[in-house]
Amino acid sequence: MTDIAIIDYGMGNLRSVSKALEHVAPNASVVVTSDPAVVRQAARVVFPGQGAMPNCMHEMDARGLRDAVLDAAASKPFLGICLGLQMLFETSEEGDVQGLGILPGKVRRFPPAAMKDANGQKLKVPHMGWNQVHQAIEHPLWKGITTDARFYFVHSYYVETADPEPVAAYSFYPFQFTCAVAKDNIFAVQFHPEKSHVAGLTLLGNFVQWEPGSTNKASQIYA
Amino acid sequence: MGLAKRIIPCLDVTNGRVVKGVNFVALRDAGDPVEISRRYDEQGADELTFLDITASSDNRDLILRIIEEVAAQVFIPLTVGGGVRQVEDVRRLLNAGADKVSINTSAVQNPQLVADAAGHYGSQCIVVAIDAKQVSGADTDTNRWEVFTHGGRRATGLDAVEWAKKMQSLGAGEILLTSMDRDGTRNGFDLALTRAVSDAVDVPVIASGGVGNLQHLVEGVLQGHAEAVLAASIFHYGEYGIRQAKEYMAQHGIEVRL
Repeated sequence: MTDIAIIDYGMGNLRSVSKALEHVAPNASVVVTSDPAVVRQAARVVFPGQGAMPNCMHEMDARGLRDAVLDAAASKPFLGICLGLQMLFETSEEGDVQGLGILPGKVRRFPPAAMKDANGQKLKVPHMGWNQVHQAIEHPLWKGITTDARFYFVHSYYVETADPEPVAAYSFYPFQFTCAVAKDNIFAVQFHPEKSHVAGLTLLGNFVQWEPGSTNKASQIYA
Repeated sequence: MGLAKRIIPCLDVTNGRVVKGVNFVALRDAGDPVEISRRYDEQGADELTFLDITASSDNRDLILRIIEEVAAQVFIPLTVGGGVRQVEDVRRLLNAGADKVSINTSAVQNPQLVADAAGHYGSQCIVVAIDAKQVSGADTDTNRWEVFTHGGRRATGLDAVEWAKKMQSLGAGEILLTSMDRDGTRNGFDLALTRAVSDAVDVPVIASGGVGNLQHLVEGVLQGHAEAVLAASIFHYGEYGIRQAKEYMAQHGIEVRL
């Protein structure tokens, strides 16, 4: 049985994600897969994504992965990264596409008119680089990570949650936006933990040991 | 609090070794790329950039093995450029562990490559590298810079500012801007060039070429409006550490990741 399945729907490079997970869970079997059956059997699922959301949704469906993703998001430790966070929401301004609708809210583009810093200087889009992640809740995935620790971001769209309840962290660029959400067995982040040095590896290490509540079937601890 | 300006050490690699040239020539050996990458990672580098300057295609695959080895140990973004001619080259580098691929000469020869690569893998992983040289204008109003290719050997007639805008429109997610006039001189970035390009595009600009001291890094951000500063020799030969550079920038009011 696969311990950790990284869902591959052909959008972008997943090598960094798998390398980082292998690093924090050397005894776990980490598989990059586009096979819905492998996703279903995995104890934990990582849902990454890069590029444009319409393409991501299309490619995911073209591989018949939608149901496997929905099942995983409803049943086992599930980590969304970047587009894998945005796709959990209802709609996106990027190509006016529908998301998976697991979480209420929408994905918006950083509005050009707002992109100025305190000195009036233009802020670049994509939001690229190391920004501070302010933790909004206590969560097992934040263990060992100080609030306002910096993580690596690269994105032009951000999520606007309909309810404040799933917000696990926020950042500023220049306004406050949600950069992590948590709901039951789902944790999803806008930044790239696989590229975020010690803080990112700590988060991934927390994920591979995470036991999200008693309703989920027990899974092993690897690290 | 917000986004930090980035410091990016650059590793020019040929035949499996890190080297550093002066004005694009006269190479000097600076060490093993994997070892150097690990050291910069420990010191707090925000990203690493590798430029494969291997002249012949014989040793091209060497860079893939180096990137694989670095990517297994260093968990910060890695950009790789040099000799990227087709989407297949982009794919091979990404699969080896690169997070971004930098395209220079081929972007001029075949701009569609930038569009195709960005369309396929996303703008976030496509960097267009521009080597620019001042061609006219003694005062800041009439400054003009021309794009050069083939490691700075071939003039293109393209205006660097217009070229950067075009590359953004085709899908470049970031611009790596090198002043050929300053590269290797240690006299500081071409701030007028950096500012002209940075102010003209919405995507981040990495300033490159000419860093000789820490004040130059500060100027690149504050006067050049760069999102990131790239340097090689001041770090390779141990004159300054990355952390020392960041502390200096922080003292000058620049937000950095410490």
